[in-house]
Parts: sequence; C-alpha cells; structure tokens
Amino acid sequence: MPNAAAEALAVMLLAVTLVGAVVRPRGLPEAVVAVPAAAVVLLSGVLRIDQARSVATSLAPTLGFLAAVLVLADLCDRYGLFDAAGLRMAVLGGPRPVRLLAAVFLVASVVTTVLSLDATVVLLTPVVLATVARLRVRGKPHVYACTHLANSASLLLPVSNLTNLLALRASGLSFSRFGATMALPWLVAIFGEWVVLRSYFAGDLVGQGEAVAACPQGASRGLDNHALFASGVVLLTLAGFFVASAFGVAPAFAALGGVVLLGVPALVGRRVTLGGLGAAIDLPFLAFVLALGVVVEAVSVHGLGKLVAGLLPGSESLGSLLAMAALAALLANLINNLPAVLLLAPAASAVGPGAVLAVLIGVNTGPNLTYTGSLATLLWRRALHREGQEPTISEFTRLGALSVPVVLVAATTALWLALRLLP
Amino acid sequence: MRVVVWLVEGTWAACVDAAANRLGGLAGAQVTLLYVTPSEVEEAAEAAAAGLLGRAWHGHHHRGSAAERAVQQAEEAMEQEASGILGAAASRLAGCRPELVHRRGRPEREVVDACTGADLLVVARDGDRSRLGPHSFGHATRFVVDHAPCDVLVVWPGEPPGTGSLPPPRPPGPPPPPPGHGPRRPPPPGR
Repeated sequence: MPNAAAEALAVMLLAVTLVGAVVRPRGLPEAVVAVPAAAVVLLSGVLRIDQARSVATSLAPTLGFLAAVLVLADLCDRYGLFDAAGLRMAVLGGPRPVRLLAAVFLVASVVTTVLSLDATVVLLTPVVLATVARLRVRGKPHVYACTHLANSASLLLPVSNLTNLLALRASGLSFSRFGATMALPWLVAIFGEWVVLRSYFAGDLVGQGEAVAACPQGASRGLDNHALFASGVVLLTLAGFFVASAFGVAPAFAALGGVVLLGVPALVGRRVTLGGLGAAIDLPFLAFVLALGVVVEAVSVHGLGKLVAGLLPGSESLGSLLAMAALAALLANLINNLPAVLLLAPAASAVGPGAVLAVLIGVNTGPNLTYTGSLATLLWRRALHREGQEPTISEFTRLGALSVPVVLVAATTALWLALRLLP
Repeated sequence: MRVVVWLVEGTWAACVDAAANRLGGLAGAQVTLLYVTPSEVEEAAEAAAAGLLGRAWHGHHHRGSAAERAVQQAEEAMEQEASGILGAAASRLAGCRPELVHRRGRPEREVVDACTGADLLVVARDGDRSRLGPHSFGHATRFVVDHAPCDVLVVWPGEPPGTGSLPPPRPPGPPPPPPGHGPRRPPPPGR
C-alpha cells in the first residue's frame, strides 16, 4: 500500500477508535471499537506483525502495572481506606472551609501520587462529596480541588498517571530518577492550583459549616484498623517500587506484591470475591489501551511521527520545554491524553528525558482545561445534555482557563530548574 | 402572605431567625423553607470521571463495584444533608408549620422559580464579607436578588457591620479627557 494511503487509513482508524471510546454506543466498552480497528490495521498491512509485536512488548509491563494498580485501589476501598481518608479530612479541616480545602489538597495529592489519578477521580471524589455534605460546608471548591489535583498532582511518580507509565520507557529514566526530577514540578503544580482555586472560590470559602454527624455510619475503631493495614501495605508497595527499580525489576511486581498482601486476607475474610477482583482488573480497558497503542503506532510510522518530531523543538532550553508542554496540552485537549502521549513521547525521547517530562506536564495538567479530558468528550457530553438544562460547562472552562496556563508554565519552569540542579 | 426562606450551608440559621423575629412572628404567614442541592458539584465529579475513558464512566459501573458504592454513599450523604438542614430549620420555627421543599439543580434558577407567587424571599449575604462590596453577595445570591419576582429581605449572618466599615470617600477624580478622547455621551433624560 502506498504510504499516503496507509497513513490516511491509519488516521481514519484512529478517529474511529477515539469516537468509539467517547460515544460508547449502547454503553459497550471502548475495546469493542478499538480492537477491530487494530485488527484492520494489521490485516491491511498498514502495520506489520513484527511492528505490532514490538508495540505489545513495550506496552506489556505498563498494562500489567495498570491492572495491579487498579486492583490495589479497589482493595484499598474495600478495606475502608477512602472512608478513613474522608474522616481524616473532616477531623483535619473540620467545618472550616479553607482548612477543609487544605485537607482535601493534602489527601488528594497523596492518593493521586500513590494510587493514580483514577483512584482520586473514581473513589476519593465521592468521599469528598460525602464529607462536605456531612460537615454542611459548600462543597464546590473541594470537589473542584479533587478533580483538578487528579490531573495536576499526577506528575510525581510513574504510577501516578497512565500517561507517565506509557512514557516511562521512552524517557529512559529509572523510577527513582523520574520521581526526583518531577518532585519540584509536582510541588509547584499543587501550589499553583492552591493559589488559583483559593482566589477563584474566595466567595464560597467563607463562614463555617457545622460539625454534625461528621462520622459516616459504621465508622469505628475496627474500620480505622483495617484502613491502617491497607495504608501500611500501600506504603510498603511504594517502597517496593523504588527497590524494584534499583534492582532492575519491573515495578509491576512490587504492585503485584501489594495486591497479594491485601488480596489474600481479603479473600480469606470474604471482603471480596475472586470475581470482584477480576472485575477490578478491567480487561476490556487493558485491551483498549493495547489496541490504541497499535493504531497510534500505525499513524506514527507512516509519516505523522516525523511530522510531530518536526514540530517539537530540538533542545531542552526553557523556551523549548514550555513549547513542548503547551503543544502536549493542546493535543491532549483536542484528542485525549492517552493517544497524545503515545504520539509525542517517542518524538520527545529523541530530544532527551527532559523533553519527555515536559510532554508529560502538558498531557497531565492540560486536561483541566476541558475538564472531561478532551474536547471530544466535552462535545459529546454537551450533546447528551442537549435536552436537559444547559450544561455547566462555562464554570469548568473558566476555572481551567485560569489554572492550566499558570500550572503549566510554573511546573515546566520548575522542571527546567530541576534538570539543571540535579547532577 | 407567602414567605420563602432560602437555606444555604453556613447561613441558613440566620435566615430562619430573621424570618421568625422580624416578621411579627409570621402570624398567618405561609412559610416555605427551601434547600437546593447544587447539581453543578455532582456534575463536576462526574465529568472528571468521563475523562478517564472506560475506566470510570459513571452510570456504567459494575454492580457492587467500589466506585458504585462510593457514588451511592455520596448521594445518601447529600440527601441527609438536605433533610438535616430542612429539619433543623423547621424546628427553629416554633409555632409555625412550614412547608419543606428540597430541589436539585442550579440554585439561582431553582430559587427564583420557587418564588413564583411568593410575597417575600429571605436570603443571606453569603459572599466574601471580609471586604464589603459587590462580592459580599455570592454569585447565586446576586442572581436571585436581581431576578426574584418578589420583595427580598437580605439578612446579615452574624453582627451587621457598623458604618465604620465604609470606605473613605473617593478623592476627586482626574480631569475629564479633552474633547475627542473617549466617548462622552450626555446623561440620559430623567436622571
């Protein structure tokens, strides 16, 4: 097949994959569209089998890791870790809105960093919603803090965001090196969010709630002990990531260790069934990521990869890093951050590890702009809401338009600084 | 007389007390206590989940999954918050049988809508009260005060400030720009 035709077919299939993922006809998993698209890529010869195999080989550790972390977060929830976090936030912040916001910042940043942004969005955000309701505090700033930090605070470790895992290999950095370089950008990004949210919601963060029924039902010493055990295992797993990477072992094994430590007692104590653990792995989603990787590779090898590489500046100066982060944020908003990082990371790795990290700052913090992760999702949701009341898009976008540029520039500058300071 | 009292976290007690004390004991008045669960907060949480693609689409959770349970708990807590505030407010209004109304949606729109046919709406100053000015009304309250189809009683939660909080008068402004610089329309008639 001529190159141009192959490229056109690959781009079309990528578009179909993304539309399928956003629209999800009849609520079917996105793999239902993505896997056939990947099959067409292979059958038509747009991507050779050996090329697809190398994509699969490079994605396998990431997928294994993702599965383990998804199960780990699910198990933590079953041990009451997130309920305990809600209780802690209520105790730390009390009915005082600003203190409570600080407590949410602390907990959301830690949860995102250690258990990934999925855990913050899916498991912690509802807990925050419940906590502010129990304290009778106006919850808007706290819920926004949670959703924003799920993105902005996902910079520190490779496990914090699927995008980081996808780019880790391209960056050529070890687990510890990644964390050490991203520490300053991570802190700066969180501080940037604090400044923006604190001033944007100044009017909502006044007065006092009431400390009525701050404890959820069933909160007892027992719950706290189980949660304590779960957080102990999580900390152990975290240490395992660093140790494993120091010995050249894939961090997925450390995550697996955590799953075993939490999962076996949970299975024995009937806290969870094998089926429940299987559902938490979310096989269809793993298949989707693999299929997406194959389709993006097909798009990349037939010319778009070169085009993207040509767009990226060829150095790690402050201006270049800023340009890369901005381009990555733009692409993440146009499509979604997963395909964006799959497209950009190989090109950025040719420039250097700093360039890959700048791309990650862009794809991780950028999605706060359109709040649903991409313009496509946003438009689709808007279409869904067509018949109901007007969607509340304006507030998300207004807040994102304030916070994203601030966080992007500050965190990228911090990255530039960290790259020069670290030996 | 029909009186609507809008209850919001942090300021609702002041509104109930003002309605009870200021309006002559509300004798013969029909009182509606109104609480609105803001939909935009839940929407923000849901929208963030939509961005995760298949990992967390709300409404498509596996039955009994951790995520489904978490969302259910949050909904229960919000329901309890609404009934808790409405109940506490009703018990503060001794000797009067208020109608309790719980709505969901955009608070500013719901409140204006709930005031249809009312004679008086009681709201609190709920914005940034550390610096008095336009921002001492929150966004929703500003909208409600502007659009309410009835009289509005604005209540101070806590002590009202003294006149000492007034900013000093503005110094005389700069001289008007010379002709031809900037539009200068004559004042409209009748002002």
